[in-house]
Amino acid sequence: MTTHSPHPAHAVEPASAEELALMSDEEAMILGAEADGVHIVHRRDRFPIRGTRAEKRAERTIALIFLIGFLAAVGFIVVFCGALPFEWHLPGQGSQDFRYFTPALGFLLGLSLACVGVGIVLWAKWLLPEEEAVQDRHDEPESEAEVLMTAASLVTGFNDMGVARRSMLKSTVGLAVGALAALPLVALVGAMIKKPNKGQGQSLFHTLWTAGTPVVYSDGRRVSTDDLLPGGIETVFPGVPGGIKAGDSPTLLIRLRPGQVVKARKGQDTYQWGDYIAFSKICTHAGCPASLYEQQTGRLLCPCHQSQFDVLLDAKPIFGPATRSLPKLPLGVEVQDGKQYFVAKGDFPEAIGPAFWERP
Amino acid sequence: MTTLNEAPTVKGARRFDKPRTPQGKAGKFFEERLGLAGGLRKQLNKVFPDHWSFMMGEIALYSFIILILTGTFLTFFFDASMAEVRYDGSYVPLQGVEMSRAYASTLHISFDVRGGLILRQIHHWAALLFMAAMTIHMFRVFFTGAFRKPRELNWLIGLGLITLGLVEGFAGYSLPDDLLSGTGLRIAEAIMQSIPVIGTWVAFLAFGGKFPGTEIIGRLYIVHVLLVPGILAGLIGAHMALLIKQKHTEFPGPGKSEHTVSGERMYPTYAAKAGGFFFIVFAVCAALGGLAQINPIWLYGPYNTAQVSAGSQPDFYIGFLDGSTRLFPSWEIRLWHHTIPALFWPTIVLPGILFTLAGAYPFLEAKLTKDRAKHHLLQRPRDVPVRTGLGAMAITFYGVLLLSGGNDLIAKAFDISLNAMTWAGRIGMLLAPPLAYVIAYKACIGLQRHDREVLEHGIETGIIKRLPNGEFIEIHQPLGAVDDHGHGLLEYAGTPVPKKMNKLGNPQTARVKGFFRPVREKAEIEAELAALEQAEAERAASQRELTD
Repeated sequence: MTTHSPHPAHAVEPASAEELALMSDEEAMILGAEADGVHIVHRRDRFPIRGTRAEKRAERTIALIFLIGFLAAVGFIVVFCGALPFEWHLPGQGSQDFRYFTPALGFLLGLSLACVGVGIVLWAKWLLPEEEAVQDRHDEPESEAEVLMTAASLVTGFNDMGVARRSMLKSTVGLAVGALAALPLVALVGAMIKKPNKGQGQSLFHTLWTAGTPVVYSDGRRVSTDDLLPGGIETVFPGVPGGIKAGDSPTLLIRLRPGQVVKARKGQDTYQWGDYIAFSKICTHAGCPASLYEQQTGRLLCPCHQSQFDVLLDAKPIFGPATRSLPKLPLGVEVQDGKQYFVAKGDFPEAIGPAFWERP
Repeated sequence: MTTLNEAPTVKGARRFDKPRTPQGKAGKFFEERLGLAGGLRKQLNKVFPDHWSFMMGEIALYSFIILILTGTFLTFFFDASMAEVRYDGSYVPLQGVEMSRAYASTLHISFDVRGGLILRQIHHWAALLFMAAMTIHMFRVFFTGAFRKPRELNWLIGLGLITLGLVEGFAGYSLPDDLLSGTGLRIAEAIMQSIPVIGTWVAFLAFGGKFPGTEIIGRLYIVHVLLVPGILAGLIGAHMALLIKQKHTEFPGPGKSEHTVSGERMYPTYAAKAGGFFFIVFAVCAALGGLAQINPIWLYGPYNTAQVSAGSQPDFYIGFLDGSTRLFPSWEIRLWHHTIPALFWPTIVLPGILFTLAGAYPFLEAKLTKDRAKHHLLQRPRDVPVRTGLGAMAITFYGVLLLSGGNDLIAKAFDISLNAMTWAGRIGMLLAPPLAYVIAYKACIGLQRHDREVLEHGIETGIIKRLPNGEFIEIHQPLGAVDDHGHGLLEYAGTPVPKKMNKLGNPQTARVKGFFRPVREKAEIEAELAALEQAEAERAASQRELTD
């Protein structure tokens, strides 16, 4: 084992081609490293005596690992190409072996990759020579002369262009290039921009509910006044084209339990119909559907950020990050074939969903 | 210098103009055309220090490569369209359900493309690993002071990588258009809307109109597969280029200096280790992708603005924003018929402050400590208690937010009131970070003191000695020379101090390795050592002969 001082001697004479031709590969490599500022301070074969039992054992172990990697990769190909089916079937309607397809692939691919990786790492750790090399950082700042010459080149170029003198050119080229540089952004934004609240169904202040809009389920059936048991809830939509898909449509129809009284907001006394009351389902915080309803306490929870609304306080937020009450839909009924069906008496009196700048 | 190879048998064999081997001929072919030999050798000889904590960045790099490989596969089958179709694939429970083509094609990948599911899952796991590895890599760089001059620019690039990784991950998991990711998009839209003055314009621009519209999936797709990965690749290239130019940092120790870097040369040892490690990282992702289910979108169903699942959680790297959103009180500002929604503060302002602080940290520290020198040797966290305390503070703050992102699940699992969890988070995010600072600071000082104590008094040997006067003392093993009072003369140098006798090193015992029994018997080792000494002696003798 030879070790040298960690501070390499810099005076390494570059060798001529003739000298290099007479050296061993290793000697030439060491000279090359020295030329690159890399000083190999310690280098020792892991097995200086060739062919010891330990060396053979290491080699055999690594070879075995590679072999397992090979077999696992072949196994992957075999499974992938059809040894296991991958088509999904309901239980009882076909082979359930597809359940093993993905796990088998994961196991075999993981094993194969791990074997190759571990094999290579062990090759490096067990069989490659032990080595400690020290490299000069060459982190000294550039020589002052170097920096000064570069600075002078830059300044001369500027002076040649007359950047300081020709202020007219400077400002006009600035204008032209600046305007051009803004073009891609303008083009992209200009192509994508949409004026908020403009166009059919694009207003944040209005939904598809209007006076007389039928209240329907997500499958289009109309909601009648005896569909819900006391304490029940149902998500309902405006029965107009596109009403079920629109993001601001979902409305929560709640049938209060006997004895539950809702203190209505000012001017909204007539919005309730009997013990039925309807609120926008879109949380006023971040827009998730607030749908966990606890019928005994009358609390409504939004599962995204845990805002809680008290239905008995007219859906006022009582905990969590929401600030505004859920807007209330004015409910009415119309009679059809002797049965009472819900309709809206108008839109929500305010914008639904998360707040925004233009909202009062 | 010990040379390992025998000298070539044919003297004068190494000739550039008359190569004899195929490799030599190939080398001549390329050298005559490209002239790369000198530059190539410099890279082959580049020295890499070896420390386990340096592998975090490697994991991040490798998971990015895995993401590109698996992501390319997925693009062949994914259809980023929000057009409605009726599902008719082989997953029976969803047959006949109306859904977007994006969701239908993700189901197609999961059930009808051979191997599609495992590739999708490897992709998702690799994305989580990418973000986790980058975060831990950032911790490593922070706590060891690797961000200091001259590496501030690389710190900023790294921060950019994490930020873009967040965007990339969010865009990626939003693509399947399932109920979970659609909920995430709904919240993203509300966040855009919450920006004062331009919020609604931003939201309408991004979504092409009112939520949900028909544009967003297609737009996110091109952002996810081209725009952000392209920038990520460029930034990773710049990160690596700076690393090569500035060379690695390393921990101080015997033989280490600010002017050198020590370790193994890139070729062959380091390249083999790093290359092997790539396969190991890939193996972990592949095994997770096959054995651990992730994002089973077929259980969530297609997105529908009227539905949401309880316990909806984003991927973990978005979790801290979900947490901050849950904790922030309902403080909405209403002025002159305008609103600044409460949502604006925890989702735009807070991350803005966090990332700005992180980016400014290297410059702030240099300014406050007036340390403007270049540093290539790392610091141990204990030697910079204030920085370590600040880091602990930041991680704790982040941790409280992350936990609060799942506070509903914690409340459910431990049967705690949800409101109590929210309040615990609100109070915790204010109180826990300063507490963490104090604990980390004290721990640093304590560890330093212990190091100094061992340097002064030596290692506790566990041997108790009874003095003639009856007093019991423990014998201490000094680490080096001692003064007249028996106190060690070694200076505290910011390097690890051995605390146990068997850390002092013994070449004999160090060679006995093995888990259940020694891999190599003592006799075998001794025989080998003897043979080695003999070989060395012979070599030295023959070299003397040559020189004589």
